[in-house]
Amino acid sequence: MEQIIVNGLYLGAQYALIALGLTLIFSLMNVLNFAHGQMYVLGGFVTYTVVAQFKMPFIVGLIAAAVILAVVGALVEKYLFAPVIKKSKREESTMLLAAGIAFLLDAIILLVFGEKQRGLPKIIDGVFNWDFIIIMPYDRIVIGFVAIAMIVTFILFMQYSRTGRAMRALAQDKVAATLMGVAVDRYSMIGFALGASLAGLVGGLLVSITGINLGMGGPASIKAFIMIMIGGAGVISGAIAGGFILGMLESVGLTVLAEYGDITYLVIFASLMVFLALRPQGLMGKPWG
Amino acid sequence: MMTKKNGFFILLFLIFLYVLVPWLIQVTGRTDLLYTFSAVALLSIASAGVWLTFFIGRINIGQGAYALVGGYVSAVLIMQYGFNFWLTLPLAGLFCAVLSVFIGLPILRLRGVYFAMVTLVLTEVMRLTALALPITKGAKGITSIPLPAELSIAGMTLIPSFTSLSNPKVGFYVMSITLMVIAYAVLWRIVNSRLGHLCKSLQQNEELSASIGINTAYLRILTYSISSFFGGITGAAFVAISQSIYPSSFQVTDSVNFMLNCFLGGLGFVFGPLLGTLILYFGWDLLFATGKYQLLIYSSVLIALMLVLPNGVMSLFGQKKVKS
Repeated sequence: MEQIIVNGLYLGAQYALIALGLTLIFSLMNVLNFAHGQMYVLGGFVTYTVVAQFKMPFIVGLIAAAVILAVVGALVEKYLFAPVIKKSKREESTMLLAAGIAFLLDAIILLVFGEKQRGLPKIIDGVFNWDFIIIMPYDRIVIGFVAIAMIVTFILFMQYSRTGRAMRALAQDKVAATLMGVAVDRYSMIGFALGASLAGLVGGLLVSITGINLGMGGPASIKAFIMIMIGGAGVISGAIAGGFILGMLESVGLTVLAEYGDITYLVIFASLMVFLALRPQGLMGKPWG
Repeated sequence: MMTKKNGFFILLFLIFLYVLVPWLIQVTGRTDLLYTFSAVALLSIASAGVWLTFFIGRINIGQGAYALVGGYVSAVLIMQYGFNFWLTLPLAGLFCAVLSVFIGLPILRLRGVYFAMVTLVLTEVMRLTALALPITKGAKGITSIPLPAELSIAGMTLIPSFTSLSNPKVGFYVMSITLMVIAYAVLWRIVNSRLGHLCKSLQQNEELSASIGINTAYLRILTYSISSFFGGITGAAFVAISQSIYPSSFQVTDSVNFMLNCFLGGLGFVFGPLLGTLILYFGWDLLFATGKYQLLIYSSVLIALMLVLPNGVMSLFGQKKVKS
């Protein structure tokens, strides 16, 4: 039982980080970033390349992933999303764009990094063993804590920094924020860059544990969608709650439902439908997003 | 609505589809194109369904789910219960329509991005269900499904058995094109009817239309089930062509593609999804020659199209616009 909870917390911390980036982008621009999973994969590959091929320390790889993804995010926002949002008659058009970008990133990853599964050696060896009640490799514990630290940093940043305040203001009410002198264009770009770099960071963190391959992007996006549906789209606390809930459900499901075959996600999906029927806006979302 | 000029164009279009295209293929000897055209025709039916949900202001990324369900219904009925394929085709559509009522009741209360995400998840649910259920035979799928048998009413042969045809591909082509023509005729009729105008009011402002006495919940379910009916038909017809179905036959990518077809063709135009499907499918096929750069070029073109024509390719020819 304790083992299941620890596993759930560990998964939840990673998931919450992915969901945070997605929800940040959604809250600022009302864009559902289909390419989020691909950004996560790209981050993983960047870290892999920096660490395994350029023989740099792991932390440098992480920073490289965050920086490169931030640049990619900023460029995508400035040159692709911003013009389309301005020109299009319907705001859903950004979904086509996002899907196109997902394909594009897939293609770029395929051309630059290839289709092989890539992984890094463990950053710390050894297994934490507490009387066989909780068994957890040390590297997973470290990654879990790093993820939680990042979540805390992100919350503090959004809560107390000038940029964070500006972005929260934008998410709440675009017109009012503009009237108060918030530069919408600039903060949309920063927000998108930040969301993308969060995705890249998770990819970088996980490359030493689960490894990374091209096909992981789509499923990662779907998981992120589930998380922000549970928590409520565009709400930071909701994304964190959604991440931890999904991590916990997955951990419990894999143990409890193991004898019935691979149906954990089927059960999660089905319960999600029921949950959304009762509470369409998620746990903490505003009605109708 | 149905002016003389329009009728003339439709006639020309039909002649083009039924006579000219098969003749051209015969002459040039590119019989592989028959399959491509059949696929485009069938996929455009599913896209038409997605377009209909767009018409009530919902982004539907779950059409792949219904195509999968329709395919399995048809396959199971043929293989396990010995049904005639032609009977399973409407049954598959109906099954999807009924299923979509149950699924739609909770999820159609959602809007915007929430609905989009839920339908996307739905596709994944169906794939997992197909993997888990015993009747669908899991990952092995259902294979070696016989070609469509003869359809006869009171001894009169309406459709000959496909095994007796010299080239079943032509048969499938005619079947797909006919289904497509019917689907788009229905779609066009719906859009230009009272129902269509009511749907349009939903798209613009749901609260307002509810306040003037439109039963919005009923309308939403109705349009969603028609849309899913189209999805089921596509799935069932595809099973007949490929003679097999697997849980991976229709997945998230397909659902996304159905949505892209609508966007690309133009959301304001009834024939938008048809054009979008044609462009996307052929574009992808043509780019096959570029090898590993296929996906790169394809996605770049997609993005560029979005930047240049954010309201769809059909917006280039404005006259076919849905009368508002």
